[in-house]
Amino acid sequence: MATYSTNEFRTGLKVMLDNDPCAILENEFVKPGKGQAFNRVKLRNLKTGRVIERTFKSGDTLEGADVVDQEMQYLYNDGEFWHFMMPDTFEQYSTDSNVVGDARKWLKEQDICSVTLWNNVPLMVSPPNFVLLKVVDTDPGVRGDTSGGGGKPATMETGAVVRVPLFIETGDLLKIDTRTGEYVSRAKE
Amino acid sequence: MTLNPDWRPSASLDTLRLRARILTQIRAFFAARGVLEVDTPLLGAHTVCDPHLDSLSTRYTGPGAPHGATLYLQTSPEFAMKRLLASGAGPIYQICKAFRDGEAGRLHNPEFTLVEWYRPGFDHRRLMDEVDELVSMLLSDHVSLAPSERLSYQQAFLRHAGVDPHRAALDDLQAALRAHGAVCELAGRDALLDALLTHCVEPHLGQGRLCFIHGYPASQAALARLSAVPGEDYLVAERFELYLNGIELANGFHELGDAAEQRQRFSAHNAARRHGGKPELPADERLLAALVHGLPDCAGVAVGFDRLLMLACGAPHLASALTFPMDRA
Repeated sequence: MATYSTNEFRTGLKVMLDNDPCAILENEFVKPGKGQAFNRVKLRNLKTGRVIERTFKSGDTLEGADVVDQEMQYLYNDGEFWHFMMPDTFEQYSTDSNVVGDARKWLKEQDICSVTLWNNVPLMVSPPNFVLLKVVDTDPGVRGDTSGGGGKPATMETGAVVRVPLFIETGDLLKIDTRTGEYVSRAKE
Repeated sequence: MTLNPDWRPSASLDTLRLRARILTQIRAFFAARGVLEVDTPLLGAHTVCDPHLDSLSTRYTGPGAPHGATLYLQTSPEFAMKRLLASGAGPIYQICKAFRDGEAGRLHNPEFTLVEWYRPGFDHRRLMDEVDELVSMLLSDHVSLAPSERLSYQQAFLRHAGVDPHRAALDDLQAALRAHGAVCELAGRDALLDALLTHCVEPHLGQGRLCFIHGYPASQAALARLSAVPGEDYLVAERFELYLNGIELANGFHELGDAAEQRQRFSAHNAARRHGGKPELPADERLLAALVHGLPDCAGVAVGFDRLLMLACGAPHLASALTFPMDRA
């Protein structure tokens, strides 16, 4: 893998830090007029999700991390592992709940999601920004109430619980924003 | 075809009008005080050999240099202006471009504008007064400033980093740096002090007021005189810096006039460059000759004009004060 000097640091660059793959979030050049130059760098550890701040002397280098985001189809969960497939090569990848994390509550079989691979091993799974999910359980709908005021919990087919307007019925198909976990609208099959 | 919008200036036209107005105010300020505007070359046969300043260079080939000669773009007009001072020019100022390799970021552009001036008969304290007057006057229409503050480098470090920069052991400096969350491998006292300065001290300096820092460690004297500290066994540099809202705006010296000591500093700087893996640079013999002839006792300062303009218009980024920064030049 290539090495990158501070001059090549940019947002999104994937590098190895303390043996973990990280993504650079911010890189600021700081230098007192007569003094040594530094780069203050914010990175996200892609394994833990934690944001760390590090300082480098300008000119220092980091090894690149072999990290790529791949669009994959979510196939199924066998109770222990989650299975994904590359839509073009049909190559399959499986991973456990630590890697799938919170994405699990938005994953519906056949949906396309983003799987981050580190050295060809799944590191992180990101659901699409919007998913269409069916309501499997909610209190009976209040017809005519489209005011959007108030709300009630609804359990979706993936197990996620989303706050929805009062007029939503069991069996409705809903569009959900997975970044906020919020109801967006009703959707048609 | 889509047109890339980077043909446009990154500064607004209002900012450019403000820039022109501030330049007029600066010239009026110096005219009223009998300080002469001068113009010295941006290209020189020699350049500074500061360990942390890198010059851009170019080649000239033609009459006078049939086989080509390296010319350096000046990192500041300091050497040329000192030669004018030694030749009896009296108080002088210059508004000019300066160039530094390797410096680009939120507060840096490799090409920038300096306002630099020299005051025979002034020491660094009296020059701080004048910088305060000029900068306060220029900013007064745009920013509300509390009364200016002066701190020694030592006071600033004790207050914001919790260490004495002159006395603390290397381990203590490293520990202070770690305590402030800045992890990096650094060798040498000055590198640690610079890291503490940029991480722990600078962000607090001059919040809503001009803050002058003075009395730098002797190892960071650059071209400033050294003086004894009453009751202490170390020397400090008669050097100052000006900060506003955590941003370094100016650097000034009670100027070193001693040619022999200047030559020693050149070789010390070159030793540091060698150590840091940078090429050594020949000493500027014309500057040294001018010092041998005699530099009047004087103080000098350079103010970063683009940063001043940036602060006057409350912008977060130097690019807001430049027409075309490097990425659209």
